[in-house]
Amino acid sequence: MMRLFSRSKRTISGYEPILPTRKHWPVVQLSRQQDKFVEEVIQSSMERLAEEAPKLEELVDELETTLYRERLRIRQNPWAVDPQDEETFWKKIKNKLVGISVQHTNGNSLHKKQIEQAKEILRDIVSRYAHEISSTFKPSSYRLARNIVTFGFARLLNASRVKGFRSFYSTQYSLRDKINIVGEVELLRELAQKGTIIMVPTHFSNLDSILIGWVIHELGLPPFIYGAGLNLFNIKIFAYFMNSLGAYKVDRRKKNKIYVETLKAYSRQAIRWGCHSLFFPGGTRSRSGKVEDKLKLGLLGTAMEAQRLNYEQSEKKGEEAEKIFIVPVVLNYHFVLEAPSLIRDHLKIEGQERYYVETDEYSTSSKIIKFLFQFFTEGSDISVSFGKPMDLMGNLVDEEGRSLDKHGRKISMREYFCSGGKITRDIQRENEYTRMLGEAILKSYHINNRVFSSHLVAFTAFQMIKQKYPYLDLYNLLRIPEEEQVIEYKEYKQTFGKLREEIFRLHKAGKVDIAPHLKQEVDLVIAHGIDNVGLYHSRRPLLKNKEGNIITNDLNTLFYYHNRMEGYGLEQFFTQPHSRKQFIEE
Amino acid sequence: MSKQYVGVVGAGSFGTVIANILAENAPVLLYARRNEVVDEMRTMKRSGSYLLHQNIHPTNDLEQLAKECQVIFPIVSSSGFRDSISDLSPFLKPYHILIHGTKGLDVDHKAPKPLSRESVRTMSEVIQEESVVVRVGCLAGPNLAKELAEGQPGATVVASHFDEVIQIGQQLLRNPRFQVYGNNDLIGIELCGILKNVIAIASGALSGLGLGENSRALLISRGMVEMIYLGKALGGNVEAFIGLAGVGDLVATCFSKHSRNFTVGYRLAQGETLSEIMQTMEELAEGVNTTKIVKQLADYYDVGAPITRMLYKVLFEDLPVEKALDSLMKISFTEDVGFL
Repeated sequence: MMRLFSRSKRTISGYEPILPTRKHWPVVQLSRQQDKFVEEVIQSSMERLAEEAPKLEELVDELETTLYRERLRIRQNPWAVDPQDEETFWKKIKNKLVGISVQHTNGNSLHKKQIEQAKEILRDIVSRYAHEISSTFKPSSYRLARNIVTFGFARLLNASRVKGFRSFYSTQYSLRDKINIVGEVELLRELAQKGTIIMVPTHFSNLDSILIGWVIHELGLPPFIYGAGLNLFNIKIFAYFMNSLGAYKVDRRKKNKIYVETLKAYSRQAIRWGCHSLFFPGGTRSRSGKVEDKLKLGLLGTAMEAQRLNYEQSEKKGEEAEKIFIVPVVLNYHFVLEAPSLIRDHLKIEGQERYYVETDEYSTSSKIIKFLFQFFTEGSDISVSFGKPMDLMGNLVDEEGRSLDKHGRKISMREYFCSGGKITRDIQRENEYTRMLGEAILKSYHINNRVFSSHLVAFTAFQMIKQKYPYLDLYNLLRIPEEEQVIEYKEYKQTFGKLREEIFRLHKAGKVDIAPHLKQEVDLVIAHGIDNVGLYHSRRPLLKNKEGNIITNDLNTLFYYHNRMEGYGLEQFFTQPHSRKQFIEE
Repeated sequence: MSKQYVGVVGAGSFGTVIANILAENAPVLLYARRNEVVDEMRTMKRSGSYLLHQNIHPTNDLEQLAKECQVIFPIVSSSGFRDSISDLSPFLKPYHILIHGTKGLDVDHKAPKPLSRESVRTMSEVIQEESVVVRVGCLAGPNLAKELAEGQPGATVVASHFDEVIQIGQQLLRNPRFQVYGNNDLIGIELCGILKNVIAIASGALSGLGLGENSRALLISRGMVEMIYLGKALGGNVEAFIGLAGVGDLVATCFSKHSRNFTVGYRLAQGETLSEIMQTMEELAEGVNTTKIVKQLADYYDVGAPITRMLYKVLFEDLPVEKALDSLMKISFTEDVGFL
């Protein structure tokens, strides 16, 4: 079965690195001049914060709020990665602030001296944050880490697939056979030499960043920088990879304005230094299993600003502006290791954005290694689909990096930032542009999503179960006993076939992508899907019983994998003939 | 700003009136497609029954218009809108600002029935589909061309997602007799201008039946509720509808005996059929086409829209107006307002 579906044919030949020596990598340049860079970040965030709180009273309020929140965080939610001197640092800030606040509450407007003091405190905090966020990229660690991934993964793969004593050193299979890279790869390589790339992948699993890191190298691209959740640094194996791959640290517990502005300044300046960057614009991993349908625009906004600043600067210098390109990427797996806990979280908070405790499902290095071994010893494909590169307005670009409109006519990107013939700074306009860019990215996700057999078997089964209980809401439906859920195979196959036809139709219309294995004979596709969906969960979302009928051991994770196919209107195949609300006038 | 030309595309009655208002603040290029219209405007210094302000320069060169003007007001009928923008499109740049004043919908005629929002576009969406322009806005509000032309006091709403567009619209249009409000709910404001035309036909019908102000008050208030339900289903917010472009425009149109929509309703109530009315009207009222589209959208989105549905039957299924009114009066509504 496995061999039938594995894609041993290599679709992509090896890629030469686009920058021959490491010293040319923007990320290396950045780490060599780290002090200068961090100073720029501090300067830039100070300027922005001064703009947002022009009055001193506002600044003092901001400082007090930050202090209050930070002390609360230290008490209520400390992490192992937190620095030792947190308490003392914030105590010092508090003491400095008290002096200013006393004057402040006296009602007199503040003196010049106090203004200077407040700015100094702000600088202390911004500087601490900037250093905290800043990455420590080491080319040697990068090479080592990458070698471990490639060599280790490939060895595991061959040991499991090619039987026999010598199999450990076999090169019959490589990671490439496991990971299908599809889409506009050549164009991406071209553009990475002509401008700065912002890669925006979907986010399902903690493995995503390692996977993307490997793919970036495989395509001959220099390392990208990206913000990694600080919680990942809790796990040693991840911390090692993150540090070596040029990750900067993002602490999601810190939601105060000063931190957020510093983070944005970091991203903005790095892009302006020409560092290719990676954002997961969905923010956290998709807890529902759905492809992102809403994006966080904060970091994308920094790209928009960086682009305008590039145009402004280039005009002063009289040279051509560095252009920024957006490349959406959709990752597809048959499984997501954290699925059970993610869907539990999702159901618990019902889609509301609140504080949540990082679950322990995936929290130790040994568990991850065990998982990786399992992953490579059993058959399960991954696809990485690169969408068409776009400019920051969502326009497609050609191999020269020129923006094109829908009729293929060239557009000047610079002119989006112009009014009255000059480049103007208009934050509201740029926010609106960023919102539009977010929509263009979502659209690209939707059409580059690759339907796997596992997604479709889960979707079909869950919808068929749901149809049996039309009066239950989702939460009650998920509570019905799993052992009672048996779907007769013949009926299942018929429905699955119908849905697959619809997927083919959508694919033809350019509205979704499909994995090649989906085109096999229908019984094989169903078997392949059931074999692979949630492969590593202790309770499998879908199985066949002795009679050959379809059963489930875990409705929650079935729901999770089912969600992957949301947003394509497939639900209509399951509802009763449209029951229009009866209006009184009719 | 003042030296720069402002463009107006479309020299119909509303286009000319807007050009005249703009001309008080800036030189205006007024585009008409037909040569003879441009010639007439040049020689006679008038368009139709309206005199042209001396600051207005007629043209039929779209390329020149796009070159000279950063801000352009397309004011053409909804049926010709897409073609107009597509003609202008090759000359448009990302820095252009387009503020349209067209109150209608654009339908993809190949789309499956019933129509959904997928195949129905507002004019701002048409602009973005056909051109590179993103800084788009619309004009809406009680803008009865005749009154504005006479210099009577009035007001309009400039709606856009971009503050910049609203501010420029205000600078260009505002004068001591003309107030200009801003709104960020572009789609909501466009829908106000579109949906009110349906109610305006119904208002004309009440008048044609010789009914009084109680009945018109009933129509306006229930029509408002209906507009809000439909507007929400199609992508607008409630707030837009209770402003000048919503309730303000609705009241003005429902009381105006000069509007084409009102006339269609009036003549229907007098016993004429739609095809008879069409034969003698130069330009068909926007509301007729809108009723046809909105009825389908109401079906698709399951929205209760009794006035639209009944008017649809009157217009396209020959239901006599009296019977329609009769049915409407029999509806047993349980609540007055249920959307807030």
